[in-house]
Amino acid sequence: MVEAKGLGLTFKTADGDVVALSDVNLDIKRGEFVSFIGPSGCGKTTFLRVIADLEQPTSGSITVNGTSPADARVNRSYGYVFQAPALFPWRTIEKNVALPLEIMGYSEAERRERIARTMKLVNLDGFEKKFPWQLSGGMQQRASIARALAFDADLLLMDEPFGALDEIVRDHLNSELLKLWASTRKTIAFVTHSIPEAVYLSTKIVVMSPRPGRVTDIIESTLPAERPLEIRETPEFLEIAHRVREGLRAGHSYEV
Amino acid sequence: MSMFQRLLAAFASGFALLALIFDFASTEGAPLPVWEFPVVGVFLVLALLSLARFRLALSYWIDGGLAALGAIGLIMALDTLQQGEPGYWFALVSAWLFAWLFAERLSSAISADKVREVAGVLIPVVFGLTIVVAWEAITRGGNVPKVLLPSPSGIWTSLIDNIPKIAADFQQTFLKAVLAGYVLGCGAGFLVAIAIDRSPFLKRGLLPLGNFISALPLIGIAPIMVMWFGFDWPSKAAVVVIMTFFPMLVNTVAGLNVAGHMERDLMRTYASGYWSTLFKLRLPAAAPFIFNALKINSTLALIGAIVAEFFGTPIVGMGFRISSEIGKLNVEMVWAEIAVAALAGSVFYWVVALIERAVTFWHPSVRGGRA
Amino acid sequence: MGRSLREGSLVPILIVLAGLIVVWYVAAVLMNWQGMSDFYQRTDVSNVSFGQQLNDVLNAEKPLLPAPHQIVGEFWKTTVEQAVTSKRSLVYHGWQTLSATLLGFIMGTVFGIGLAVFIVHNQAMDRSLMPWIIASQTIPILAIAPMVIVVLNAVGISGLIPKALISTYLSFFPVVVGMVKGFRSPEQIQLDLMRTYNASRFEVFTKLRWPIALPYLFTSMKVGVAASLVGAIVGELPAGTSNGIGARLLAGSYYGQTIQIWSALLAAALLAGALIALVSLAERVTNTALGARA
Repeated sequence: MVEAKGLGLTFKTADGDVVALSDVNLDIKRGEFVSFIGPSGCGKTTFLRVIADLEQPTSGSITVNGTSPADARVNRSYGYVFQAPALFPWRTIEKNVALPLEIMGYSEAERRERIARTMKLVNLDGFEKKFPWQLSGGMQQRASIARALAFDADLLLMDEPFGALDEIVRDHLNSELLKLWASTRKTIAFVTHSIPEAVYLSTKIVVMSPRPGRVTDIIESTLPAERPLEIRETPEFLEIAHRVREGLRAGHSYEV
Repeated sequence: MSMFQRLLAAFASGFALLALIFDFASTEGAPLPVWEFPVVGVFLVLALLSLARFRLALSYWIDGGLAALGAIGLIMALDTLQQGEPGYWFALVSAWLFAWLFAERLSSAISADKVREVAGVLIPVVFGLTIVVAWEAITRGGNVPKVLLPSPSGIWTSLIDNIPKIAADFQQTFLKAVLAGYVLGCGAGFLVAIAIDRSPFLKRGLLPLGNFISALPLIGIAPIMVMWFGFDWPSKAAVVVIMTFFPMLVNTVAGLNVAGHMERDLMRTYASGYWSTLFKLRLPAAAPFIFNALKINSTLALIGAIVAEFFGTPIVGMGFRISSEIGKLNVEMVWAEIAVAALAGSVFYWVVALIERAVTFWHPSVRGGRA
Repeated sequence: MGRSLREGSLVPILIVLAGLIVVWYVAAVLMNWQGMSDFYQRTDVSNVSFGQQLNDVLNAEKPLLPAPHQIVGEFWKTTVEQAVTSKRSLVYHGWQTLSATLLGFIMGTVFGIGLAVFIVHNQAMDRSLMPWIIASQTIPILAIAPMVIVVLNAVGISGLIPKALISTYLSFFPVVVGMVKGFRSPEQIQLDLMRTYNASRFEVFTKLRWPIALPYLFTSMKVGVAASLVGAIVGELPAGTSNGIGARLLAGSYYGQTIQIWSALLAAALLAGALIALVSLAERVTNTALGARA
């Protein structure tokens, strides 16, 4: 689905060059749930933005869905969920979900059908006519996921979507996201800085570290596909979490 | 009651006592005692009795009622007396203090959640009425020369007597010059802002210039416009166009830049084109800024049209009337014209503000309830 | 966003300005061409070459639109080449306007801040006055200017004071509204912090409300100073006054002296620019003293 070879990206700033990504080699296969974890400045968000054609790599190559990121964007091959809901306050929830559909030229009838379907998918049916500011933060983020799902792209890019939510809401949304993934069979790339979240959700965990931003470890999860929340107390879960922590430490990620 | 409120109450009753002691008013040099004016008399006696508040609780509605009674009595008295004597002025001060006490106590009651917030509307109304009553009493009771300050009743009479003239002025200045200039100026500012939006270079060059020009006394171009477009309303509309153009330009350009990075990235992930992003994201996000300019301009437009008429007009128009009537020292007519201008300005502004509320209902400043 | 737009904007401003001057020249030629042709016809001058007519057009005495060099020339003649005490000196007239503006602006600002302090500390005052003050911003108060001048003249007050009063009035409202907003801008946690120190209302004012309101003060002062200048100029319009930029504008419009009008406008623009620069300078100095990042 996504293939990166020797990918590098250097930002030019007033204080000199900042290497955000250096020699990243990564393969994301169809149907995988891949988490990117690392401290701030490790390039995990930058990598996601490169996939989305929001940043341009300065070296190496990358293909998304077999094409360049630019073509993938024009073909609407992915949906993107940001750190914040980024819902338009002047549109109702259903109108927000309709936004990409309007831009992509879906017919009125098809829009209505897709809104109904995705709203059900994220458990927001009944809130279609509300405005974003009338909903809680968790519900807003669910609406933004619905918006990313509405046009049925195979790839879902999520940049710390639950970072601003409290832990209780976050747990709830995590298990809902897993169910969603299981039912839609989408490929998901998920950026987080929470170790339990990464381990709980992923089939593959990419550990990254900063200065320069690079991949230090790739861990294939051995957890079963069916994951109740209690799985987080099993020895198997703790073992993977331990490996992630080791990976982060090896990258000197804990230096302050 | 707070210390301050007790003080107000004591003084209010104290002045009522003084009003009973001193000469009240006079006509042709002959003194008129206070009992010639029963309403004022009742007010003063009740005001004294209100000292009982220091023994038992009196509602602030009684203070409000006393103030109203005093005001009515004092205004009625103006018909018979020719000249207010000290007693009259002490009674006026007393009534004014009761009104103030009422506002103070009502305001504390609202803060303490004893009265519903809606009652707060009464306070500015009481303040406005107090000003008008004091104005009427001082100008007529004190025989202030009309040239210096006419009485509200005189202004009202002048307004009623000259309705056809004032209506013609309103049509000339507001319905023609202001509205035409406002629509053209705001429209042009908006379109130019959209036109230069795609050029960062032009934006960097025009925005500081536009900001600077907005702060200039643009009204000064009025004589030039009169030369170019003649004496009639088009020259005034031209002044209005120039005055309203720059605030609109600057605000629209600024507004088009407020859409957040995340929202823009979102549109980019949809491979949304320039126009689609403009209409679906940037213009709605800019709406509060655009309405801000529309509100500023509503006032500017009226000022521009009126002041431009000081530089020459046909013999009709609000600015013309103000400058010609003041030349004849017909001050009442000038005040009447100003009152109409003030009313037109407020209504214009509030109409724009109402549309703003309907369009930008989602904006935190509107949602929060306070404009 | 403001910062990124302002960065390195000098070159674009200069180029846009240069473009405007070119447009101005073209407009001046186009607008005055016909008038000059009519003039030739009336005076029976024929066979004027294109170059000759262009030259005449750009140096006409009473053009419909004077060319920039004519305005600057007139401005130079009436500022540098005239004694500043002369009635024909723009410096003299400019000072008449500026002194009224400054006096009015200072009074308006002081009154405005004073009233804002009362409004913030007294609820009844807030509820009585604020609706009227906000409403007064929506009305064309400038319309009262001629009346103020004439009425005060009638009771024997003339010269600087009436103009300054109009300026006071105009700069007063933006300052009140801005400062009430500014004094109210401390966050609840900041007020709570002061409460934990058992700070008096005076201390809360001097240590929290005043410093936090300063940015609002400068913003409203910029609006106020521009309004003051407009007030002073309009205050010079009623017949009988012959001093100041407003009087120059009016005299110019009576006698069709377009070049004089435009040079008076140039003077007004320079005054406005200088006044706003002054407020901005005060703002910058204060911000630096308060440790804001430049």
